[in-house]
Amino acid sequence: MRTIQFREAVAEAMSEEMRRDESIYLMGEEVAEYNGAYKASKGMLDEFGAKRVIDTPISELGFAGIGVGSAMNGNRPIIEFMTFNFALVGIDQIINNAAKMRQMSGGQINIPIVFRGPSASAGQLAATHSQAFENWYANCPGLKVVVPSNPYDAKGLLKSAIRDDDPVIFMESEQMYGDKGEVPEGEYSIPIGVADIKREGTDVTIVSFGKIIKEAYTAADELEKEGISCEIIDLRTVRPMDHDAILNSVKKTNRLVILEEAWPFGNVATEITYQVQSQAFDYLDAPIVKINTADTPAPYSPVLLAEWLPNHEDVIKAVKKVLYK
Amino acid sequence: MKKVTKEVYLKWYEDMLFWRKFEDKLAAVYIQQKVRGFLHLYNGQEAVLAGSLHAMDLSKDKMITAYRNHVQPIGMGVDPRKVMAELYGKATGTSQGLGGSMHIFAPENGFYGGHGIVGGQIPLGAGLAFADKFFNRDAVTLTYMGDGATRQGSLHETFNLAMLWKLPVVFIVENNGYAMGTSVERTANHTEIWKLGLGYEMPCGPVDGMNPVKVAEAVSEAVERARSGGGPTFLEMKTYRYRGHSMSDAQHYRTKEEVEEYKKIDPITQVLDIIKKEKYATDEEIAVIDQRVKDLVKECEKFAEDSPYPEKNVMYDVVYEQEDYPFLPHKL
Ligand SMILES: Cc1ncc(C[n+]2csc(CCOP(=O)(O)OP(=O)(O)O)c2C)c(N)n1
Ligand SMILES: [Mg+2]
Repeated sequence: MRTIQFREAVAEAMSEEMRRDESIYLMGEEVAEYNGAYKASKGMLDEFGAKRVIDTPISELGFAGIGVGSAMNGNRPIIEFMTFNFALVGIDQIINNAAKMRQMSGGQINIPIVFRGPSASAGQLAATHSQAFENWYANCPGLKVVVPSNPYDAKGLLKSAIRDDDPVIFMESEQMYGDKGEVPEGEYSIPIGVADIKREGTDVTIVSFGKIIKEAYTAADELEKEGISCEIIDLRTVRPMDHDAILNSVKKTNRLVILEEAWPFGNVATEITYQVQSQAFDYLDAPIVKINTADTPAPYSPVLLAEWLPNHEDVIKAVKKVLYK
Repeated sequence: MKKVTKEVYLKWYEDMLFWRKFEDKLAAVYIQQKVRGFLHLYNGQEAVLAGSLHAMDLSKDKMITAYRNHVQPIGMGVDPRKVMAELYGKATGTSQGLGGSMHIFAPENGFYGGHGIVGGQIPLGAGLAFADKFFNRDAVTLTYMGDGATRQGSLHETFNLAMLWKLPVVFIVENNGYAMGTSVERTANHTEIWKLGLGYEMPCGPVDGMNPVKVAEAVSEAVERARSGGGPTFLEMKTYRYRGHSMSDAQHYRTKEEVEEYKKIDPITQVLDIIKKEKYATDEEIAVIDQRVKDLVKECEKFAEDSPYPEKNVMYDVVYEQEDYPFLPHKL
């Protein structure tokens, strides 16, 4: 099968959908003439023209809201945030308008919109540029939250997100855009809300999502050498969450480690922990361990950042702990 | 306005040259991966800072800007070695290595950052001015932003409030032609950014931002207005950045010729020409300045290299004032 970069998978998904449906447009900072700040919309201005691939000034509140307004009136916008850190400037339009419109109007007005862009840390960018907001958006009824971890999933899930009739938050990573992976030539999509078992295993379940899952792969490779078999579940969608996939795995392995790049207070891992203890308590042979980023804003200094961000060694430690090794 | 004397010209020359060389050094060590993250350099825009500082009362006036912020604190009196160390992520840095390139803070010197979210500092600048007015401190805050930042809602809300309450603030847009790869023409149906002040009846106007004398004149008038209770001013500095937006910018959106055109009116060259024409310094005296600048840049680099990294507990210590704040653990 051919191999393409994550950024190419994103561009392909958007382009294929835009060829299929004239009401879709892509809007955001540097998406058109610059081909995307991270080149995730390369070639799209050339193909679709300035009417449908639209550069904006730095006005997140304005263009997020214009996206929502146009979705109320027939468009299916894809709104790119250069990163989700900057979406905070426009988050009112996402939370108060996109997420609520259908409910407030008694089901009369739906908002088929995708807000996408990179999320979470990307090296030494410090406090304001290293934030993971998956759990913030996942907390909000009315939104769906998708977080792919490889090019294949990114393309299939983005196509589903664009076709979805409700608002979808689609979160990528600066550090994944260059990742390569197998993506078939032909048409396919991946349903929202379905997790994926990235590796089958028997001794312990590791649940993760987004770019940090790579640390789980590394840990699993190391642990395999010691005879420990890890099952790795990639959530792929954070809201709605595929509880069955997690529960089925935990019922098999009886042990759960959750790796999530987010602050530890009230995050996605916390929600999984609640669900598993309430629905599979009797299957657990050890308390669940969650691994997160430190309970502080992201530091700049490389030594502090290394401490702040979880890595494969933390995963190995956690796996051994739930195995009492 | 304070007179622009021979001493001022010589100071401008030395300061601006130092800022330029300091930034050049940062570019060099960035390529060696000693400084990481984003790095936004000020090369070309130095006259805005030099002229502004001339208009300020450094004993009480304040400054706040965006992420293109390494040399402003140095101008305000911060030890440049500490700024370099911050970019290295060292314990001796201005923020003990927590903030990095985009977040230099030095409140003791009246420098309030160093802000990474475009437009986020605009209300903060007005807020600093609010407090100065509240406490009758007779101080003025210079609030800087890029041309791109003027398209944020934060500017418009802040302009209205600052005029409504006649806050002692000077808003200064450093129009360097581009916000990343987006030229000013592509962000609005007007290009004279200073005219945004008109809607709020805020005194406003354009300024030649490549000439420190012009900058000093305009900022002095604005500072005097603010200090005497006349409220805010909005100045558009027409300037230019020679380097890319950050270190990863291929600059396809502009031509090399355009950059060269601006280098012809380089602020450092302009000042040096006057020094030579007016015979404010001999060639030998200029060479002494040049050497001093070189040595100081070297010293900054050495200081940063030799400094230790911060201790891990600092990451927690700096978050809250409360000393025994109960942080959650994040891993085993
Ligand atoms: C709210 C927000 N949106 C987007 C960005 C990404 N970004 C950083 S700098 C920049 C361009 C800003 O240009 P300008 O205001 O002209 O300042 P300059 O870089 O020219 O000094 C952009 C889009 C950001 N940091 N914050
Ligand atoms: Mg600019």
